[in-house]
Formats: sequence, C-alpha cells, structure tokens
Amino acid sequence: MSNKIEQVQLDVDVNGEKISRMIEPRLSLVDFLRNELELTGSHVGCEHGVCGACTVLVDGVIVRGCLMLAIQTNGAEVMTIEGQSDSGAITDLQEAFHERNALQCGFCTPGMLLTSTELLQKKSDPSREEIREYLSGNYCRCTGYEAIVDAVEAVAAVRRDV
Amino acid sequence: MPELKSMIKDHILDRPNSYIGRSVPRPNAKRLLAGRGTFTDDINLPRQTHVAFLRSTYAHAEIVSIDVSAAKESPGVVAVVTGIEMAKICSPWVGVLSHLEGLKSAPQHALAVKKASWQGEPVVAIVANSRAQAEDAIELIDIEWKELPAVTDMETALDENTPLIHPELGDNLSWQRDFDGGDVDAAFAKADNVIEETYISNRHTGVCLEARGIVADYNPGEDELTIYHSTQTPHMMQSLFAKHLDIEEHKVRVICKDVGGSYGIKVHSYPDEYATVALAYMLKRPVKFTADRLESFTTDIHARDHIIKTKVAVSNQGEIQAFEIDDLTGIGPYSVYPRTSGIEANQVVNLTGGQYTNLNYRARARVVLQNKTPMCQYRAVGHPILTMITEGMVDDAARKIGMDPVEIRRKNLIPDDAYPCKSPTGLPFENLSHHESLEKLVKMLDYDALRKDQSKARKKGIYRGIGVATFIEVTNPGPAFYGVGGASISAQDGATMRLDAKGNVIIETGVTEQGQGAEAVVAQCAASALGVTMDKIKVITGDTDITPYGGGTWGSRAAGIGGEAAVQAGKALRDNIVEVASIMLQCDPSTLDIRDNNIVDVSDGNERMPLSEIGRVCYYRPDTLPKDYQSELVVTRHYVPKKFPFAFTNGVQGCYLEVDINTGFIKFKKYAVVEDCGTVINPMLVDEQVRGGVIQGLGGALYEECLYSPEGQFLNGTMADYLVPMAVEMPDIEVGHVESPTLDSELGAKGAGEAGTGGAPATVMNAINDALYPLGGKVTAQPFTPERILAAIGAI
Repeated sequence: MSNKIEQVQLDVDVNGEKISRMIEPRLSLVDFLRNELELTGSHVGCEHGVCGACTVLVDGVIVRGCLMLAIQTNGAEVMTIEGQSDSGAITDLQEAFHERNALQCGFCTPGMLLTSTELLQKKSDPSREEIREYLSGNYCRCTGYEAIVDAVEAVAAVRRDV
Repeated sequence: MPELKSMIKDHILDRPNSYIGRSVPRPNAKRLLAGRGTFTDDINLPRQTHVAFLRSTYAHAEIVSIDVSAAKESPGVVAVVTGIEMAKICSPWVGVLSHLEGLKSAPQHALAVKKASWQGEPVVAIVANSRAQAEDAIELIDIEWKELPAVTDMETALDENTPLIHPELGDNLSWQRDFDGGDVDAAFAKADNVIEETYISNRHTGVCLEARGIVADYNPGEDELTIYHSTQTPHMMQSLFAKHLDIEEHKVRVICKDVGGSYGIKVHSYPDEYATVALAYMLKRPVKFTADRLESFTTDIHARDHIIKTKVAVSNQGEIQAFEIDDLTGIGPYSVYPRTSGIEANQVVNLTGGQYTNLNYRARARVVLQNKTPMCQYRAVGHPILTMITEGMVDDAARKIGMDPVEIRRKNLIPDDAYPCKSPTGLPFENLSHHESLEKLVKMLDYDALRKDQSKARKKGIYRGIGVATFIEVTNPGPAFYGVGGASISAQDGATMRLDAKGNVIIETGVTEQGQGAEAVVAQCAASALGVTMDKIKVITGDTDITPYGGGTWGSRAAGIGGEAAVQAGKALRDNIVEVASIMLQCDPSTLDIRDNNIVDVSDGNERMPLSEIGRVCYYRPDTLPKDYQSELVVTRHYVPKKFPFAFTNGVQGCYLEVDINTGFIKFKKYAVVEDCGTVINPMLVDEQVRGGVIQGLGGALYEECLYSPEGQFLNGTMADYLVPMAVEMPDIEVGHVESPTLDSELGAKGAGEAGTGGAPATVMNAINDALYPLGGKVTAQPFTPERILAAIGAI
C-alpha cells in the first residue's frame, strides 16, 4: 500500500510577498504558513477551529488557519501577525496590550490581536459586552480576558478621539 | 516588617527609585505581541525528524502482538520503535516519594511494554520526515490487543471483586493518609448541630493553549543531548532525562524558550517526552514531538477527581467545633513521576479548615488507582478542593443555625493578632490577615447593599446569591515539598548578575517564565537592589547550561524565591561596583551609592560617574586600578526559605450572581478578591495572576469535566466538547490587597500565582447555593452545569 500523495501548485500573496510552492492538497493553511514559510507567529491550538490561535487574514477577513486548506488560498492575499506587526497597522493595539498586560504566555495573542483589529474596523465604539462577545472565538487560558477587554476598549477610545 | 527592615542596612524596600510596588509592563512581552516568540514547535533543527505515537485505544489491554513491517516501508518513515526496544534505552520509573509514607505505584515505561493501562498511553513510536508521514504509518501497524476489564469507578476500585490494575501491588490503593487532631468525637458528641454533606470535585485538566512539545537532539561526537522543551522545570528534566537514559547530567542540556501556558501541566515528566529524547539518542539526529489536542486531553495530567464526605459541628452561637472529612480520589493507573499523585490528597488533609480556630479535625484520604489518564498536580494543587469543602461546610453550618455567612467567618477565622500559630495539622502560619481581608472584601462588595438587592429581587422571582470564600494558600515551598522525599527538584534558586562593559546588566536566573511575569519581577528586584533602570537589564531564563541550578517556576515560588535571589545578587554587585568606584574616586565606599545607572554621593545624590565608566575601566583599562586590586563585576547569590517550610498566603473571594431558574444558567453580577501575598512587587502582574487564576478556577467549577464511559473511553476529547471559559461568560474582577510580608526574606514577597484558582470554586458554589436556598436546592458536585442546577431545584 502506498501513501504517496500528488502535489499541487499554490500561488498566494503572503504579507505582500508573492509565493509559489508545490504542496500536498491536504496541507492546512496554518501548517503551510508555519512549516513551509516559517511564519511561526500563527499558532496551532486545537486543530478544529475552536481556539482561534491560528487566526490569520485571508483577503482581509479573519479565518481559522486550521480549518482552511492552504490550496484554498490560491490567488488570495494572506496576512499573518508578522505582516500586520511589521506594517505598523496595529502598533497602538500592541502597545495597549503591553501596557495593560493583556497577555501572559502570549500563545493566543496573535489571534487576539487580529480578531480585535477586525472588531475595531467594524465598530468604533464597542461596549465591553460586545468586545467580550467578539473575542469569544479566541481562547485565552492565562489572563481571564479582562485585561484584553480593557486594552481593546482603550484603543477604541483613542482611535475615536484621533 | 519594621522589625526586619531596621535590622538590614539598606533594605530593598527603602531603595531610592525602587521598582518594588510599581506596575511595570513586562519587557519580554513585546516579542510575543509581534508574533516573534519562540515556542517549542517553532524550533526546527537541521536533519530533524518527527515522531507520532500509536496510543492505546483501550483503557486496559494486554499487547498480544505488534507487526510494524508495513509501517516501516511507508514513505518518509525513519524508524518504528516498540516498547520492548525502547526499554533497552530508557529505564522505567516509579512515582513515589519517601515522605509520603506507604505510597506505592508500579514501574512505568516510556512506551507500554506488556499492557496499556489507560486510553492514550503511548505504545509504538513512529519517526518520519514529517508528522503527517508518521501518522500515515501508524495506520499500517498491526497490533493485536486482549482487552482487560477496566477499573474506572473510584468508589468500587477497592472492592474485593474489582480486578487489580497492577497485581504485583496487591490492591488498587496507592496511598492512604489519616489524621486525627484534638478531640473530634467529643466535639461531635456535645455539638448543638452536626451537618453532613458529600462534595464532588470533577476530573479536569489544564488545556494549555500550546500543547506539550519537545525537540531533542543527540550529538554522538560530544555524547551530548540538547533538548528544547516546553517545561516549567529545566533542571528537574535535565536530571530525569540523564538518569533514565544513563547519561551524565552535565551532558544533558535542557533549553526552555517561550512556554504557551503550563499551570502545572508542564511540571511533570511524560512517557512520550522520554521516548522522544530516547529516539534522538538512538537515531543520533533531532526528533520533534508536539502533542495534538486529542493527545493533550488524553495524556496531559488530569486533576481534582475527588469525592469527599464532610461533617461539621457548630454551636447554636456559631462556634465551629469540629471538622471531619473523608476524601476519595482516583489518580489513574500510575502515580505520576517524579512529584507523585499523592500530593493533591495530602494538601486536602493538611489544609482543610486551616483558616479557622477550630483544632478538632479528623481526615482520611484514600488515593486509588484507575484505568484513566494519570492525575497529578495542577494549578493550586488541592486548594480548589479543600477550599470548596471547608467553605462549603462553613456555609452548611451558617445555614443550619441561621447565621449570616460573613458573620460566622468573623466569629471563627484565626484572629489577625494570633500569629505566629499553627494549623490543626501542625503547619506553621507566620503572618496572615483573614479579618482585615474579609472586612476589605465586605466593603468592596458593598455586602449589605447586595443583601438588600437580593431580597428585593427574590420578591420578583429573581434568584440571586452571594458567595464568600476565605482561603489559605501554600507558596514559596522549601525542600519540604519534594526534596525531603528524594526527588531531584531544587528548592533553592539563584541569580547571577553581570555588569558589562557598557554599563548594562545581564541576569541569569533558575526560575522560568511561562507568562506570569517572572522575568519582569526578577528584573524589578535586581534593578531596585542595584540602582539601575529596567531598560539596562536583560534576564536570561530556561537553559541548564547557563542559569544557576534551580527549581523553575511552580508552587507560586518564582517571585518570592527567584525575586529574593535577585535582590541579594543586586546588593552584592552594588557593593562590588561601589568598591571600584570608591577606588577610582578616592573616597570611602560608604559615601557612594548607585542610582539611575550612575555612581552618586549618598549625601546629596550628586552624580559622580555613569556605570559605563566603571565597565570601561574594569574591562578595558584595569591597568589604571591599583595593582593589588581585582574588580569582580559578576556575582551569584542563592536563596531558599529557611525559617518556614513554606510561606502561607491568605485571601478571600466574593461574588454576586443570578441563577436563571428556567435555564439553569448563571450570570455574574460582581466578583471581588482580596489577596494577601506579602510584599507586592508588581501590582498589575499580581492582579492579573489573581484574575487569570479565578477564571481558571471558574472553568473547573462551571464547565470543565473529563468525561469517561464505564469502559474508560474518554468521551469529550475536543475543545468543542470539553468547555473552557471564554470571554463572553466571564466577569470583570475587582482585586484588592492586604500586605503581610514574610520575614523569611528581605523582600517579603509570597506567591500569588495560584490563589485565584484555589478560592474560585468555593465562592461560586456558595453563591449558587445562596441563590437556590429559598427553592430548597443545593449543588455540591462540580461542574455546576445548568443541568445540575435545574436538577437541584427539581425543575428536571
């Protein structure tokens, strides 16, 4: 019995860089990012779409990197925490998380930052309840969430004032 | 505190520009925010392979035969190794400690040899060029099992007709401990009221978001193992890997980079991790193992599977006269190595009722074997259970005599001026603040207003409850925990501090960072003692080749023990630097100090020279110093608590919640905690430890439960089925402090990492029962699910 698997071509834009690779069709997006591109800021937590640690942006929308196959991103634009961080787009959010200690072990943090970013794009003045609701697809075992809610709330207020 | 402060010249809390007590953000958090952390699975080494494990699908089964020939031919496969082959490289272990007298367990192997004893036990290791290829090959292994009857119910584990898990042990009783203090029988005989109850603590687990992971490499040229490991205890793991692979300890290097959550889960040694290291040794190339989520659920240690019968005696005036408990706990098929699975029950026996003046106390704990995932220490070890039963019993007593739950605590808590004193089991309390903490909590909750609101709401058919739970917590453990029982676990920790040539400071410490802020706290202590700003300091942790030999981070020890070592190292380095400066400036060293990175005059704070000048002269121009003088700009200091076996902390939690009697759902309306962890080094980090800890405790109290079929099949091994607290259900938590420093160290800091978890289940249970009281309902079995709440009030 043979386990040989045919490879397929993937052309995708990752963090602004055009990437072409031959990959196994069964490869998940997060495994592709981590293992093929060595973008290890996206984390694997549960592998079934519950914990949110693998959150990345595909064509501007947050998705679960473990629930999407890499080949499904053919022709798409993928943005990871590394791309978002280096671009400076979420510096205020990162600083607020730092000041408020809205992270402990930091494993959930990239997903939290990307999900918070999307929330703040959709809503400029979310209530604490709305922040909690929006972040409820992202599991954090360390903080108990309050500091994260504080940080997102603080950034929303500052962005509104600008 | 004044007593000790006056005795120590230049006390750490008196330093100018001190960082002690300041909410400094953690310097090392920025890389994590940028997605630039280095978790173990992020590490890839040249020629690396990946291991996957064929694991037992049965809870208890004999291995009849294993055929790996097809798997060996599968694409990308490098090696397939069975238990018999593994046992030639990696010796078995037995999880016992001599101070837990009578504790017994059976030899456990890295891969099961003759039989598997829980569903998930590793049986065959498959090494391949990718994890996927290794998993493909697992499918091709032909293994024949003979299923054995599984022992899953701890209540029948000791019955005569129950099969033995390890026949050589003679029974399924791993350990029993009995304690009898005061005159319990007399107290119950003359009591006005005796209340009996049975409490159940559910089996749950840590669910670290980063699963366990390890990358091991062996260099035959140097006969050296290098192991990247997601662990809380690098030196303990170094010692264990060396011992069981029969390699000299200094030839094993354990490196611990970022750890994605641990909570006690990563303080133990695991069979699949020994196997990974042994495979690297056998293959002479790197092998990586990262647990997937199902492996995490079925092989990470579980915790807190207890059934406890309780009995409390109380006078009509509210004086608690006796506690009696009978604890039964199931720990899986093996006592976990090397910390053992007896500690949790031991804590329950040692600490139940410890905050109260009553000394009539009897306890029995029986620790039984089962064919389920091994159980061991998890954040707040034993405290969630013992606080649930203690505070459950106190509320039982209060309800029986119609006394307010705060009032009965006021009446029975050890007075704040009674210290030093001892617990019913003889453990020494140095300095606690139960009453001050309780009064502070009462204010924070606005307790009387809540009672009014509660009674108003009840008239409208809305059921709200107030829960209060006081607690004690063991922190800063000395050798009494493990070392005295024979475990290679350092109670002492050290800090090495070095002034470099440009005036910056490098600190290496034996405590480790898993996100709590250990590195930040060590930097704060060192910066304050030395007199430099935080930005001048770099902290290095988690490398057995580099850091002082130490215990790592567990048992709420990093700040209290690692922080004190940093204080003493900082003071010693300051003395050395000031000595050099006094020679350069030709003045008496007592007239100089270091403040804000400069040598200054003590009298007026005038700057004399920057530390970079000391570095320049000592390293580049020592010829300008006297010929008979040698500067020393590296110092190491160690610390271990000596006056007390551990530093007890105390605190109290309170919450106000509403139970929807139609759905059984609860909604928090208020949550507050008062914590006394001695000197608070970084208030923000302490508060966040408390908050995170409370939420973790609420997880076990409300949602989390490892469910098994009667045959020992794990039923909810996904995060879709095993529920954890998410943001939307959890409350904001107000945190207050009382500071009763330990005099065992100059710093006075006690641990803060576990108290939140220890007190939360009791608090929420008491609040739910307060809400259900008018309906005649009571819950005593965690998790307090909507189903259990509805059943308690007879709605279903």
